[in-house]
Amino acid sequence: MSVEALVTQLKGGLDAPICLTWELTYACNLQCVHCLSSSGKRDPRELTTAEAKQVLDELRDLQVFYINIGGGEPMVRRDFFELLEYSISQGIGVKFSTNGAFIDFDKAQRLAAMDYLDIQISLDGTDAVTNDAVRGEGSYDMARRAMDNLQAAGFGPFKISVVVTHHNVDQLDEFKALADSYGAQLRVTRLRPSGRGADSWHDLHPTNAQQRQIYNWLLAHGGHDSERPVLTGDSFFHLNALGEEPLPGLNMCGAGRVVCLIDPIGDVYACPFVIHDEFKAGSVRDDGGFAKVWKESELFLELREPQSAGACSSCGSYDACQGGCMAAKFFTGLPLDGPDPECVNGFGEQLLEGVQLASNPKPSMDHTKPVRVTPVSVTLGTTRKPVAVS
Amino acid sequence: MLDAALELHPQVALRPEPFGALAYHYGNRRLVFLKHVDMVRVAQDLANHPSLQATLEACQIAPARWPSFAKAFESLQTSEVVRVR
Repeated sequence: MSVEALVTQLKGGLDAPICLTWELTYACNLQCVHCLSSSGKRDPRELTTAEAKQVLDELRDLQVFYINIGGGEPMVRRDFFELLEYSISQGIGVKFSTNGAFIDFDKAQRLAAMDYLDIQISLDGTDAVTNDAVRGEGSYDMARRAMDNLQAAGFGPFKISVVVTHHNVDQLDEFKALADSYGAQLRVTRLRPSGRGADSWHDLHPTNAQQRQIYNWLLAHGGHDSERPVLTGDSFFHLNALGEEPLPGLNMCGAGRVVCLIDPIGDVYACPFVIHDEFKAGSVRDDGGFAKVWKESELFLELREPQSAGACSSCGSYDACQGGCMAAKFFTGLPLDGPDPECVNGFGEQLLEGVQLASNPKPSMDHTKPVRVTPVSVTLGTTRKPVAVS
Repeated sequence: MLDAALELHPQVALRPEPFGALAYHYGNRRLVFLKHVDMVRVAQDLANHPSLQATLEACQIAPARWPSFAKAFESLQTSEVVRVR
Protein backbone atom coordinates (compact mmCIF):
# COMPACT_ATOMS: atom_id res chain seq x y z
CA MET A 1 0.00 0.00 0.00
CA SER A 2 1.34 3.43 -0.94
CA VAL A 3 1.59 6.34 1.50
CA GLU A 4 -1.34 7.99 -0.31
CA ALA A 5 -3.51 4.91 0.12
CA LEU A 6 -2.57 4.71 3.80
CA VAL A 7 -3.44 8.38 4.32
CA THR A 8 -6.82 7.75 2.65
CA GLN A 9 -7.39 4.91 5.12
CA LEU A 10 -6.36 7.04 8.08
CA LYS A 11 -8.71 9.83 7.01
CA GLY A 12 -11.52 7.31 7.27
CA GLY A 13 -10.67 6.95 10.96
CA LEU A 14 -9.05 4.33 13.16
CA ASP A 15 -10.61 2.02 15.75
CA ALA A 16 -8.84 4.10 18.41
CA PRO A 17 -6.75 7.25 18.26
CA ILE A 18 -3.01 7.00 17.60
CA CYS A 19 -2.28 10.25 19.26
CA LEU A 20 -4.50 11.25 22.11
CA THR A 21 -3.92 14.45 24.04
CA TRP A 22 -5.25 14.72 27.55
CA GLU A 23 -5.15 18.07 29.26
CA LEU A 24 -5.17 17.02 32.93
CA THR A 25 -5.99 20.41 34.41
CA TYR A 26 -6.79 23.99 33.45
CA ALA A 27 -4.73 25.15 36.45
CA CYS A 28 -1.43 26.75 35.55
CA ASN A 29 1.24 28.79 37.25
CA LEU A 30 1.82 30.65 33.98
CA GLN A 31 -0.49 32.61 31.67
CA CYS A 32 1.13 32.28 28.25
CA VAL A 33 -0.37 34.71 25.75
CA HIS A 34 -0.87 31.93 23.17
CA CYS A 35 -2.26 29.26 25.52
CA LEU A 36 -4.44 26.92 23.44
CA SER A 37 -6.67 26.08 26.38
CA SER A 38 -6.89 29.57 28.00
CA SER A 39 -5.57 27.96 31.17
CA GLY A 40 -5.01 29.54 34.57
CA LYS A 41 -7.66 28.59 37.14
CA ARG A 42 -8.50 25.02 38.07
CA ASP A 43 -11.97 23.99 36.93
CA PRO A 44 -14.00 22.65 39.88
CA ARG A 45 -15.51 19.99 37.58
CA GLU A 46 -12.06 18.48 36.91
CA LEU A 47 -12.00 14.65 36.62
CA THR A 48 -11.25 12.99 39.94
CA THR A 49 -8.38 10.53 40.40
CA ALA A 50 -10.82 7.60 40.20
CA GLU A 51 -12.44 8.95 37.04
CA ALA A 52 -9.05 9.55 35.45
CA LYS A 53 -8.00 5.96 36.20
CA GLN A 54 -11.23 4.72 34.66
CA VAL A 55 -10.39 6.61 31.47
CA LEU A 56 -6.92 5.03 31.50
CA ASP A 57 -8.51 1.58 31.85
CA GLU A 58 -10.58 2.32 28.78
CA LEU A 59 -7.59 3.54 26.80
CA ARG A 60 -5.72 0.36 27.74
CA ASP A 61 -8.62 -1.75 26.45
CA LEU A 62 -8.60 0.26 23.21
CA GLN A 63 -4.85 -0.37 22.91
CA VAL A 64 -3.92 3.29 22.87
CA PHE A 65 -0.13 2.93 22.99
CA TYR A 66 0.70 6.29 24.49
CA ILE A 67 -0.92 9.53 25.52
CA ASN A 68 0.21 13.13 25.42
CA ILE A 69 -0.50 14.79 28.73
CA GLY A 70 -0.74 18.54 29.00
CA GLY A 71 -2.77 21.26 30.64
CA GLY A 72 -2.59 23.83 32.09
CA GLU A 73 0.43 22.66 33.96
CA PRO A 74 -0.20 18.94 34.56
CA MET A 75 2.28 18.71 37.44
CA VAL A 76 0.01 21.02 39.45
CA ARG A 77 -2.33 18.07 40.05
CA ARG A 78 -1.63 16.41 43.38
CA ASP A 79 -2.23 12.98 41.86
CA PHE A 80 0.08 13.68 38.90
CA PHE A 81 2.63 10.99 39.77
CA GLU A 82 -0.09 8.55 40.77
CA LEU A 83 -1.76 8.89 37.35
CA LEU A 84 1.59 8.75 35.57
CA GLU A 85 2.53 5.52 37.31
CA TYR A 86 -0.91 4.04 36.79
CA SER A 87 -0.88 4.79 33.07
CA ILE A 88 2.54 3.24 32.58
CA SER A 89 1.55 0.18 34.62
CA GLN A 90 -1.35 -0.32 32.20
CA GLY A 91 1.00 -0.33 29.20
CA ILE A 92 0.14 3.22 28.12
CA GLY A 93 3.30 5.24 27.59
CA VAL A 94 3.19 8.89 28.59
CA LYS A 95 4.59 12.00 27.01
CA PHE A 96 3.87 15.07 29.06
CA SER A 97 4.31 18.77 28.39
CA THR A 98 5.37 21.03 31.20
CA ASN A 99 6.75 24.49 31.80
CA GLY A 100 9.23 22.85 34.16
CA ALA A 101 8.33 24.84 37.27
CA PHE A 102 7.96 21.73 39.41
CA ILE A 103 10.90 19.70 38.13
CA ASP A 104 13.40 20.13 40.94
CA PHE A 105 16.28 17.68 41.29
CA ASP A 106 14.26 15.21 43.40
CA LYS A 107 11.38 15.11 40.92
CA ALA A 108 13.85 14.83 38.04
CA GLN A 109 15.35 11.74 39.69
CA ARG A 110 11.91 10.25 40.21
CA LEU A 111 11.04 10.87 36.54
CA ALA A 112 14.39 9.48 35.38
CA ALA A 113 13.62 6.18 37.13
CA MET A 114 10.43 5.62 35.08
CA ASP A 115 10.16 3.74 31.77
CA TYR A 116 7.95 4.67 28.83
CA LEU A 117 8.04 8.32 29.75
CA ASP A 118 8.84 11.34 27.60
CA ILE A 119 8.98 14.90 28.81
CA GLN A 120 8.53 18.04 26.75
CA ILE A 121 9.68 21.30 28.25
CA SER A 122 8.05 24.31 26.60
CA LEU A 123 10.33 27.16 25.57
CA ASP A 124 9.49 29.96 23.14
CA GLY A 125 12.77 31.85 22.99
CA THR A 126 16.47 31.09 23.33
CA ASP A 127 16.82 34.11 25.59
CA ALA A 128 14.71 35.30 28.49
CA VAL A 129 13.52 38.46 26.73
CA THR A 130 12.05 36.63 23.73
CA ASN A 131 10.66 33.75 25.78
CA ASP A 132 9.24 35.69 28.71
CA ALA A 133 7.36 38.12 26.45
CA VAL A 134 5.12 35.18 25.50
CA ARG A 135 5.33 32.84 28.50
CA GLY A 136 5.66 35.33 31.36
CA GLU A 137 8.39 36.71 33.53
CA GLY A 138 10.80 34.13 34.97
CA SER A 139 9.55 31.33 32.71
CA TYR A 140 12.82 31.10 30.74
CA ASP A 141 14.90 30.49 33.87
CA MET A 142 12.24 28.06 35.11
CA ALA A 143 12.48 25.96 31.94
CA ARG A 144 16.27 25.99 31.88
CA ARG A 145 16.41 24.92 35.55
CA ALA A 146 14.15 21.96 34.76
CA MET A 147 16.38 20.99 31.81
CA ASP A 148 19.48 21.23 34.01
CA ASN A 149 17.82 19.04 36.63
CA LEU A 150 16.73 16.41 34.10
CA GLN A 151 20.24 16.32 32.69
CA ALA A 152 21.82 16.06 36.15
CA ALA A 153 19.41 13.25 37.07
CA GLY A 154 20.33 11.33 33.91
CA PHE A 155 16.80 11.39 32.47
CA GLY A 156 18.14 10.97 28.93
CA PRO A 157 16.85 12.63 25.79
CA PHE A 158 13.92 14.82 26.82
CA LYS A 159 12.25 17.17 24.32
CA ILE A 160 12.27 20.93 24.03
CA SER A 161 8.98 22.14 22.57
CA VAL A 162 8.82 25.45 20.71
CA VAL A 163 5.85 27.30 19.23
CA VAL A 164 7.27 29.12 16.22
CA THR A 165 6.34 32.81 16.14
CA HIS A 166 7.19 35.96 14.26
CA HIS A 167 9.61 36.76 17.09
CA ASN A 168 11.56 33.51 17.51
CA VAL A 169 11.70 32.19 13.95
CA ASP A 170 15.24 33.55 13.55
CA GLN A 171 16.31 31.51 16.58
CA LEU A 172 15.62 28.06 15.07
CA ASP A 173 19.34 27.29 14.74
CA GLU A 174 19.91 28.43 18.32
CA PHE A 175 17.05 26.24 19.56
CA LYS A 176 18.64 23.29 17.79
CA ALA A 177 22.02 24.07 19.32
CA LEU A 178 20.44 24.36 22.77
CA ALA A 179 18.69 20.99 22.35
CA ASP A 180 21.93 19.41 21.14
CA SER A 181 23.81 20.79 24.15
CA TYR A 182 21.44 18.80 26.40
CA GLY A 183 21.33 15.75 24.12
CA ALA A 184 17.64 16.66 23.81
CA GLN A 185 15.29 16.46 20.82
CA LEU A 186 13.79 19.64 19.41
CA ARG A 187 10.10 19.84 18.62
CA VAL A 188 8.69 22.87 16.83
CA THR A 189 4.99 23.39 16.27
CA ARG A 190 2.72 25.83 14.56
CA LEU A 191 1.14 28.74 16.43
CA ARG A 192 -2.64 28.39 16.41
CA PRO A 193 -5.15 31.19 17.00
CA SER A 194 -6.84 29.01 19.65
CA GLY A 195 -7.58 29.84 23.28
CA ARG A 196 -5.77 33.02 24.30
CA GLY A 197 -3.92 32.62 21.00
CA ALA A 198 -7.02 34.10 19.33
CA ASP A 199 -6.04 37.47 20.77
CA SER A 200 -2.27 37.23 20.26
CA TRP A 201 -2.19 35.48 16.87
CA HIS A 202 -2.19 38.63 14.74
CA ASP A 203 0.89 39.87 16.58
CA LEU A 204 2.70 36.55 16.88
CA HIS A 205 2.15 34.59 13.69
CA PRO A 206 5.01 34.33 11.17
CA THR A 207 4.97 36.40 7.98
CA ASN A 208 4.78 34.70 4.60
CA ALA A 209 8.54 35.15 4.13
CA GLN A 210 9.10 33.56 7.54
CA GLN A 211 6.88 30.63 6.58
CA ARG A 212 9.26 29.87 3.70
CA GLN A 213 12.12 30.12 6.17
CA ILE A 214 10.39 27.52 8.41
CA TYR A 215 9.68 25.20 5.46
CA ASN A 216 13.29 25.24 4.27
CA TRP A 217 14.62 24.83 7.79
CA LEU A 218 12.37 21.82 8.45
CA LEU A 219 13.37 20.18 5.17
CA ALA A 220 16.99 20.48 6.29
CA HIS A 221 16.44 19.28 9.86
CA GLY A 222 13.28 17.16 10.01
CA GLY A 223 14.33 14.09 8.05
CA HIS A 224 14.82 10.73 9.70
CA ASP A 225 18.36 10.56 8.37
CA SER A 226 19.53 13.03 11.00
CA GLU A 227 20.46 11.59 14.36
CA ARG A 228 17.79 13.46 16.29
CA PRO A 229 15.33 14.76 13.69
CA VAL A 230 13.37 17.86 14.60
CA LEU A 231 9.77 16.86 15.34
CA THR A 232 6.74 18.89 14.28
CA GLY A 233 3.69 16.90 15.37
CA ASP A 234 2.79 17.06 11.65
CA SER A 235 1.68 20.65 12.27
CA PHE A 236 3.15 22.45 9.25
CA PHE A 237 1.53 20.56 6.38
CA HIS A 238 0.01 23.80 5.06
CA LEU A 239 3.59 24.77 4.08
CA ASN A 240 3.85 21.90 1.59
CA ALA A 241 2.43 24.18 -1.10
CA LEU A 242 5.79 25.98 -1.02
CA GLY A 243 7.75 23.32 -2.89
CA GLU A 244 7.93 19.96 -4.54
CA GLU A 245 9.29 18.16 -1.51
CA PRO A 246 6.75 17.48 1.24
CA LEU A 247 7.79 17.90 4.87
CA PRO A 248 8.47 14.67 6.78
CA GLY A 249 5.28 13.21 8.28
CA LEU A 250 1.84 12.09 7.16
CA ASN A 251 0.86 15.63 6.24
CA MET A 252 -2.83 15.35 6.97
CA CYS A 253 -5.25 16.79 9.50
CA GLY A 254 -5.87 14.03 12.02
CA ALA A 255 -8.70 15.71 13.92
CA GLY A 256 -11.30 13.13 14.97
CA ARG A 257 -9.64 10.59 12.65
CA VAL A 258 -6.38 9.63 14.34
CA VAL A 259 -6.20 12.41 16.95
CA CYS A 260 -8.44 13.84 19.64
CA LEU A 261 -8.38 15.74 22.90
CA ILE A 262 -9.79 14.94 26.33
CA ASP A 263 -10.03 18.14 28.35
CA PRO A 264 -9.70 18.39 32.16
CA ILE A 265 -13.43 17.96 32.76
CA GLY A 266 -13.64 14.95 30.46
CA ASP A 267 -15.05 16.62 27.36
CA VAL A 268 -13.77 15.13 24.12
CA TYR A 269 -12.81 17.47 21.27
CA ALA A 270 -11.63 16.75 17.73
CA CYS A 271 -8.12 18.03 18.41
CA PRO A 272 -6.15 20.02 21.01
CA PHE A 273 -6.62 23.24 19.04
CA VAL A 274 -10.42 23.37 18.92
CA ILE A 275 -11.71 23.66 22.47
CA HIS A 276 -15.06 25.03 21.36
CA ASP A 277 -18.63 23.65 21.54
CA GLU A 278 -18.69 23.32 17.77
CA PHE A 279 -15.96 20.65 17.93
CA LYS A 280 -17.08 18.87 21.10
CA ALA A 281 -17.92 15.24 20.37
CA GLY A 282 -19.08 14.21 23.85
CA SER A 283 -17.71 13.42 27.28
CA VAL A 284 -15.90 10.51 28.89
CA ARG A 285 -18.53 10.87 31.63
CA ASP A 286 -21.35 9.94 29.18
CA ASP A 287 -22.73 6.39 29.06
CA GLY A 288 -20.38 4.31 26.95
CA GLY A 289 -17.41 6.43 27.95
CA PHE A 290 -14.63 7.52 25.67
CA ALA A 291 -14.90 4.52 23.32
CA LYS A 292 -18.48 5.40 22.39
CA VAL A 293 -17.57 9.03 21.72
CA TRP A 294 -14.63 7.98 19.54
CA LYS A 295 -16.57 5.37 17.59
CA GLU A 296 -20.05 6.85 17.34
CA SER A 297 -20.16 10.60 17.86
CA GLU A 298 -21.82 12.45 15.03
CA LEU A 299 -18.96 14.96 14.81
CA PHE A 300 -16.22 12.35 14.47
CA LEU A 301 -18.18 10.31 11.94
CA GLU A 302 -18.66 13.47 9.89
CA LEU A 303 -14.94 14.32 10.04
CA ARG A 304 -14.16 10.83 8.71
CA GLU A 305 -16.21 11.47 5.56
CA PRO A 306 -14.36 12.85 2.52
CA GLN A 307 -13.98 16.61 3.01
CA SER A 308 -14.83 19.20 0.39
CA ALA A 309 -12.03 21.42 -0.90
CA GLY A 310 -14.60 24.21 -1.32
CA ALA A 311 -13.06 27.49 -2.41
CA CYS A 312 -9.66 25.76 -2.66
CA SER A 313 -10.73 23.21 -5.28
CA SER A 314 -9.56 25.40 -8.17
CA CYS A 315 -6.12 25.95 -6.61
CA GLY A 316 -3.34 23.67 -7.83
CA SER A 317 -1.80 23.47 -4.37
CA TYR A 318 -4.71 21.79 -2.58
CA ASP A 319 -3.27 18.27 -2.82
CA ALA A 320 -0.11 19.52 -1.12
CA CYS A 321 -1.57 21.74 1.62
CA GLN A 322 -4.97 20.03 2.15
CA GLY A 323 -6.51 23.43 2.76
CA GLY A 324 -4.51 23.80 5.97
CA CYS A 325 -5.69 23.70 9.57
CA MET A 326 -9.35 23.58 10.58
CA ALA A 327 -8.67 25.28 13.93
CA ALA A 328 -6.71 28.13 12.34
CA LYS A 329 -9.59 28.81 9.97
CA PHE A 330 -12.30 28.55 12.59
CA PHE A 331 -10.79 30.91 15.15
CA THR A 332 -9.86 33.54 12.55
CA GLY A 333 -13.44 33.56 11.30
CA LEU A 334 -12.73 31.92 7.94
CA PRO A 335 -14.94 29.24 6.33
CA LEU A 336 -13.70 25.69 6.99
CA ASP A 337 -13.87 24.72 3.31
CA GLY A 338 -11.55 27.49 2.17
CA PRO A 339 -7.94 28.61 2.56
CA ASP A 340 -5.98 28.61 5.79
CA PRO A 341 -5.35 32.12 7.20
CA GLU A 342 -1.65 31.43 6.57
CA CYS A 343 -2.20 30.03 3.06
CA VAL A 344 1.24 30.38 1.46
CA ASN A 345 -0.38 31.59 -1.77
CA GLY A 346 -1.90 34.52 0.11
CA PHE A 347 -5.55 33.52 -0.40
CA GLY A 348 -6.20 33.40 3.34
CA GLU A 349 -4.77 36.86 3.90
CA GLN A 350 -7.13 38.31 1.30
CA LEU A 351 -10.11 36.72 3.03
CA LEU A 352 -9.00 37.86 6.49
CA GLU A 353 -9.29 41.48 5.38
CA GLY A 354 -13.03 40.98 5.06
CA VAL A 355 -13.49 39.39 8.49
CA GLN A 356 -14.86 41.48 11.34
CA LEU A 357 -12.55 40.69 14.27
CA ALA A 358 -15.33 41.15 16.80
CA SER A 359 -17.41 38.43 15.16
CA ASN A 360 -14.74 35.69 15.39
CA PRO A 361 -15.74 32.63 17.41
CA LYS A 362 -14.48 32.92 20.96
CA PRO A 363 -13.36 29.92 23.04
CA SER A 364 -16.37 28.40 24.82
CA MET A 365 -14.48 28.36 28.09
CA ASP A 366 -11.89 30.69 29.56
CA HIS A 367 -9.90 29.77 32.66
CA THR A 368 -7.67 32.84 32.51
CA LYS A 369 -6.97 34.20 35.98
CA PRO A 370 -8.22 37.71 36.69
CA VAL A 371 -5.46 40.26 36.02
CA ARG A 372 -3.63 41.22 39.19
CA VAL A 373 -3.04 44.92 39.44
CA THR A 374 0.68 44.81 40.06
CA PRO A 375 3.55 46.24 38.05
CA VAL A 376 4.55 42.69 37.05
CA SER A 377 1.50 41.91 34.97
CA VAL A 378 1.58 45.16 33.01
CA THR A 379 5.11 44.55 31.77
CA LEU A 380 3.88 41.57 29.75
CA GLY A 381 4.24 42.22 26.08
CA THR A 382 6.30 45.38 26.48
CA THR A 383 9.60 43.55 26.89
CA ARG A 384 9.44 42.01 23.44
CA LYS A 385 12.62 42.05 21.45
CA PRO A 386 12.57 44.38 18.44
CA VAL A 387 11.45 42.53 15.35
CA ALA A 388 14.34 41.27 13.27
CA VAL A 389 13.95 42.08 9.59
CA SER A 390 15.07 39.22 7.38
CA MET B 1 15.29 -13.24 4.27
CA LEU B 2 12.87 -16.08 3.44
CA ASP B 3 15.09 -18.51 5.35
CA ALA B 4 15.24 -16.40 8.50
CA ALA B 5 13.60 -17.66 11.68
CA LEU B 6 11.74 -14.60 12.92
CA GLU B 7 9.47 -13.55 15.74
CA LEU B 8 7.59 -10.44 16.78
CA HIS B 9 9.80 -8.33 19.01
CA PRO B 10 8.66 -8.91 22.61
CA GLN B 11 8.37 -5.15 23.17
CA VAL B 12 6.00 -4.71 20.22
CA ALA B 13 2.22 -4.51 20.50
CA LEU B 14 -0.03 -4.97 17.47
CA ARG B 15 -3.38 -3.22 17.24
CA PRO B 16 -5.70 -4.47 14.49
CA GLU B 17 -7.06 -1.74 12.20
CA PRO B 18 -9.21 -1.89 9.03
CA PHE B 19 -6.13 -1.52 6.78
CA GLY B 20 -3.96 -4.02 8.69
CA ALA B 21 -2.47 -3.09 12.04
CA LEU B 22 -0.52 -0.53 13.97
CA ALA B 23 2.65 -1.82 15.56
CA TYR B 24 4.08 0.09 18.49
CA HIS B 25 7.53 -0.60 19.88
CA TYR B 26 7.62 0.31 23.57
CA GLY B 27 11.42 0.35 23.53
CA ASN B 28 12.28 2.64 20.63
CA ARG B 29 8.78 4.20 20.72
CA ARG B 30 8.29 3.92 17.00
CA LEU B 31 4.90 3.50 15.46
CA VAL B 32 4.88 1.38 12.32
CA PHE B 33 2.02 0.64 9.95
CA LEU B 34 1.42 -2.93 8.80
CA LYS B 35 -0.39 -2.04 5.63
CA HIS B 36 -2.19 -5.28 4.83
CA VAL B 37 -4.20 -7.76 6.89
CA ASP B 38 -2.11 -10.62 5.44
CA MET B 39 1.04 -8.97 6.81
CA VAL B 40 -0.56 -9.02 10.23
CA ARG B 41 -1.50 -12.70 10.00
CA VAL B 42 2.02 -13.62 8.96
CA ALA B 43 3.65 -11.43 11.64
CA GLN B 44 1.55 -13.06 14.35
CA ASP B 45 2.37 -16.55 13.14
CA LEU B 46 6.15 -16.14 12.68
CA ALA B 47 7.21 -17.74 15.94
CA ASN B 48 5.31 -20.96 15.15
CA HIS B 49 7.39 -21.83 12.07
CA PRO B 50 11.06 -22.47 11.33
CA SER B 51 11.35 -19.70 8.70
CA LEU B 52 9.57 -16.78 7.09
CA GLN B 53 8.93 -18.96 4.03
CA ALA B 54 7.38 -21.71 6.15
CA THR B 55 5.16 -19.08 7.75
CA LEU B 56 4.09 -17.76 4.35
CA GLU B 57 3.22 -21.30 3.26
CA ALA B 58 1.28 -21.95 6.46
CA CYS B 59 -0.64 -18.69 5.99
CA GLN B 60 -1.38 -19.66 2.38
CA ILE B 61 0.27 -16.63 0.84
CA ALA B 62 0.70 -17.18 -2.93
CA PRO B 63 4.40 -17.67 -3.85
CA ALA B 64 4.15 -14.77 -6.31
CA ARG B 65 3.78 -12.44 -3.34
CA TRP B 66 6.73 -13.83 -1.36
CA PRO B 67 9.32 -11.35 -2.69
CA SER B 68 7.22 -8.39 -1.55
CA PHE B 69 6.69 -10.03 1.85
CA ALA B 70 10.44 -10.66 2.14
CA LYS B 71 11.06 -6.98 1.44
CA ALA B 72 8.39 -5.84 3.89
CA PHE B 73 9.71 -8.06 6.69
CA GLU B 74 13.23 -6.86 6.04
CA SER B 75 12.04 -3.32 6.72
CA LEU B 76 10.11 -4.51 9.79
CA GLN B 77 13.33 -6.06 11.04
CA THR B 78 15.16 -2.75 10.59
CA SER B 79 12.53 -0.96 12.67
CA GLU B 80 12.71 -3.82 15.21
CA VAL B 81 9.05 -4.80 14.85
CA VAL B 82 10.30 -8.35 14.21
CA ARG B 83 13.65 -9.89 15.09
CA VAL B 84 15.66 -13.03 14.40
CA ARG B 85 15.09 -15.61 17.09
